[in-house]
Amino acid sequence: MADTITLQVTRYRPEQDAEPTVQEYDVPLRKDWAVLDGLNHIRDHQDGTLAYRWSCRMGICGSCGMTVNGEPRLTCATFLTDYAPGPVRVEPLAGFPVIRDLIIDIGDFMRKLPTIKPWIVRDDDKPLSEGEYLQTPDQMDDYKKFSMCINCMLCYSACPVYAIDPDFIGPAAIALAQRYNLDSRDEGAEVRLDRLIHPDGIWGCTFVGECTRACPKGVDPAGAIQRYKLTAAVQSLKTFLLPRGAR
Amino acid sequence: MNNPPGDAAYEPRLYRAPVSILWWLRRRSYFFFVLRELSSVFVAWSVVFLLLLIRAVGRGGGQYRDFLDWSATAWVIILNLVTLGFLVLHAITWFNLTPAAMVLRLRGQRVPPAAIAGSAYLAWVVVSAFVVWIVMRR
Amino acid sequence: MGRRTMEPFLWLLFSAGGVLSALLLPVLVFLFGVAMPIGWIAAPGLDHLRGLIDNPLTSLVVLALSVLSLFHWAQRFRYTLIDGLKLKDHHRLINVSCYTVTLVGSVAAAVVLWQVR
Repeated sequence: MADTITLQVTRYRPEQDAEPTVQEYDVPLRKDWAVLDGLNHIRDHQDGTLAYRWSCRMGICGSCGMTVNGEPRLTCATFLTDYAPGPVRVEPLAGFPVIRDLIIDIGDFMRKLPTIKPWIVRDDDKPLSEGEYLQTPDQMDDYKKFSMCINCMLCYSACPVYAIDPDFIGPAAIALAQRYNLDSRDEGAEVRLDRLIHPDGIWGCTFVGECTRACPKGVDPAGAIQRYKLTAAVQSLKTFLLPRGAR
Repeated sequence: MNNPPGDAAYEPRLYRAPVSILWWLRRRSYFFFVLRELSSVFVAWSVVFLLLLIRAVGRGGGQYRDFLDWSATAWVIILNLVTLGFLVLHAITWFNLTPAAMVLRLRGQRVPPAAIAGSAYLAWVVVSAFVVWIVMRR
Repeated sequence: MGRRTMEPFLWLLFSAGGVLSALLLPVLVFLFGVAMPIGWIAAPGLDHLRGLIDNPLTSLVVLALSVLSLFHWAQRFRYTLIDGLKLKDHHRLINVSCYTVTLVGSVAAAVVLWQVR
């Protein structure tokens, strides 16, 4: 195995660049090193101006998403030896505006997320004296997959609809809505419906399926969306056909 | 990007990479997806073809003969071969994706996705066999 | 009903069309579009087909198949144009055109089936 591997890293310095450029760095090729370790080596020893996000380095914080050789990946979970002999292209996550170097603006998602009310919505809360809400393992299995989302945005990067039309609410937002819709403790399906059946909501999704392929936590947002399309469509039909009193 | 009120100093010059109109050629999965979507055009053509056949049957002997001759011309056969390919693509992708939309519970247990897809394929075989029988019997 | 609430119903029509077209069209196109024209099997006699078409159940199935398949096409095709060719600015024109074609096709199907009786 060679000693080093070349990383071709996108640089974008808005104060001096009109467009992103590529800068090459050689980093040690250690068998337990992830792309993130390579970036940290660059910043620590070669070029302290390189800007990128990271935190937990163990695939749970969702900060380090970038495009590695054309694929949306968590750089802490993507190993250099898998790309040997290289070079490895490291670009900012596709589909998002770039602030600097490898740092993207996820403000769009942060603004969309509260609109689907990602919290338990109840008509009335149980008083503390009555104790906890009880849930069987089967009830938890109903939504558990969708609760695994770490908001890493890899699914948005993989989604061609979001790349073309950033008004689309996007995979993670819908999966998170489903996480609460399917939670037995939640009673908020109706209040989430309006936002989701908006044309920029679930209907923008054409079931490409790339979001599920890109997800590092097995959330299966594509499945969440398709399931919700059926639920929402049937609900809309009921609302249309049945008078208010009968519903 | 929203700056906090009072902070007029920093406006980032965000870079937005242009999206090529050939985005669907960039990845195999995108290309396959577009093919799947274009199968709908051949679904529409199949409806037209079917209605042309029925109209010819309705108008009687000469028209029916003309239709059969026309459907046997080279270009129409080629078109319908391609159509058949896309219809099979549509059916297979449709049945494989059905379990994603339909989550069923039977006696408290979740029906495995393979069973849902399998039932769809079974229905496809049964319906096709029925159609062949009903069209071909004397 | 504004455009904002049409999407759920259009999706249901698209799905129904997807199921029917997947189940019925392959075998029909195989028989009448490939096998018979190539000569693998003999085309059924005119009387037999007339008998089939005269059956109101057959007409109903063919009508449902035609109309729903066209709705299936309209949904997939309009999204393919809007996403594939990046034409979201013209979405109103594209939507109206696709569903106009669907309407015309549905009426044509009904007319053909009516005139065959």
